Amino acid sequence: MSRHNIFYFAKEGAVNMFSHGFMSFATVGITVACLIIMGTFTLVAVNANAMLADLESESQILAFVDLGASEEEARAMEKEILAVDNVAGATFISDVEAAAAFRSRYEDDELFQGLPDNNFNHRFAIDLADIGYMRETKEALEALPGIESVQAYEDEAAGFITIRNVAGVVCVVLIAVLALVSVFIMANTIKLTTFDRRDEIAIMKMVGATNGFIRWPFVYEGFLLGLFSAVIGFFLQWGLYEAVARSIASNDTINLITTVPFVDMWSYVAVIFAIAGMLIGVGGSLSAISKFLQV
Amino acid sequence: MIRLTDVVKEYPNGTHALNGLTMEIQDGEFVFMVGPSGSGKSTVIKLLIGEIEPSEGKVMVNGFSLRNIREWQIPYMRRTVGVIFQDFRLIDTKSVYDNMVFAMRAVGAGPKEIRKRIPYCLNLVGLENKSRRLPSELSGGEQQRVAIARALLNNPSTIIADEPTGNLDPARSLEIMRLLERINALGTTVLVVTHEKDLVNRFDKRVVMLERGRVVSDGKGWYGRRTQ
Repeated sequence: MSRHNIFYFAKEGAVNMFSHGFMSFATVGITVACLIIMGTFTLVAVNANAMLADLESESQILAFVDLGASEEEARAMEKEILAVDNVAGATFISDVEAAAAFRSRYEDDELFQGLPDNNFNHRFAIDLADIGYMRETKEALEALPGIESVQAYEDEAAGFITIRNVAGVVCVVLIAVLALVSVFIMANTIKLTTFDRRDEIAIMKMVGATNGFIRWPFVYEGFLLGLFSAVIGFFLQWGLYEAVARSIASNDTINLITTVPFVDMWSYVAVIFAIAGMLIGVGGSLSAISKFLQV
Repeated sequence: MIRLTDVVKEYPNGTHALNGLTMEIQDGEFVFMVGPSGSGKSTVIKLLIGEIEPSEGKVMVNGFSLRNIREWQIPYMRRTVGVIFQDFRLIDTKSVYDNMVFAMRAVGAGPKEIRKRIPYCLNLVGLENKSRRLPSELSGGEQQRVAIARALLNNPSTIIADEPTGNLDPARSLEIMRLLERINALGTTVLVVTHEKDLVNRFDKRVVMLERGRVVSDGKGWYGRRTQ
């Protein structure tokens, strides 16, 4: 493709876009809406994943050694615990340390200050490799001789995993549906352009223009519409995300939820929006113009 | 050269437009194709510009076999043929000059080539002074001359004119025919499809008459020698 052809295609594409101002505006508007909905669901999934990752890092389970076991006997169990599947690490906490931690937690309550150290079990704080296997790991630890009981927050972990899975599936389905809707809308806009220019297309074919030559201006138009949509969508998504993140942070009842700062992911969001916008635009153009190139 | 050999064209609705048509036009010839409505004239033109494919038989246009032509080759075949229609098919919103630029750009011509070729073609049809006019500001005859100039832009070896004088008065029709005759004299093959008997008879040219998808007469004058 020669240099003057590239400029010609780009100019024609831009002229097409402005000559159908209202339809272009409508297409950009709807594509932006689709991109924002897609982006919002993706960001919800990203945040659910991030929260799950935090939970994984924080959600240690406690394995209590039989009451009465000596500190040496208890420490000797570390090897067996580390050999259990899905155990990423184990930190020994003696009865003295556990009692001290307990007393410090209730330092205002005299009732608990006199508890003797040997009322507490030696224990291991265990990190898991995958929070999804918390139940199986708990059962395996409970089966070890010398372990009296295991304390794990299974319900919370299961809740997060369910949210992550549901959000993931919903995201994929919604992204696919919205992408198809966007391509359809884009195709209709370009179809209007091609219909409006059908005489010109007929003349181009008559004088011997190749399909590629006829197609390029429409591909540029779709590309530009998609790119505009992506740029507008990106900044709107940014604003929307920051607004939601601020309101979550300022709300006492839901401020336990932490959000990933947008600045940490803006480059990914920008690239994904740009690629999605351009694919929707170019895909829509190609789908619209194919009918006119058959003769 | 144009050669159609035993060409049959059956449309999907079952209409037999051509029934074993055979004809040949040598390079540099001027030929009128005449015939009543439904005789197959338009189908021949569509075949010659690669708009449709023959159901049977062979169609050769300037070295391209249209029976087995690949889709990507069709534009290159069309560049060897300039087509003129009854309704001129100019872009109303573009000036004469821009209509010409549009046609040249469509085949990938560069600015230098465009600046050189368009004045030459406009001069050939006598419209060099009206290049900035819109088609609506020109008479029918002038618009057809623009269409002829556009058809000549890519220096085709053949001009196919489908009822080029259908929208013109007799004086303008004669003017257009004389122009086509002059273009033919420069070496371009010319095929004119028409049903204007008086006009055809004013020129001492070969006339091919079609009826029901076959050649029924081929020779000089409206009623040439019978071939079938």
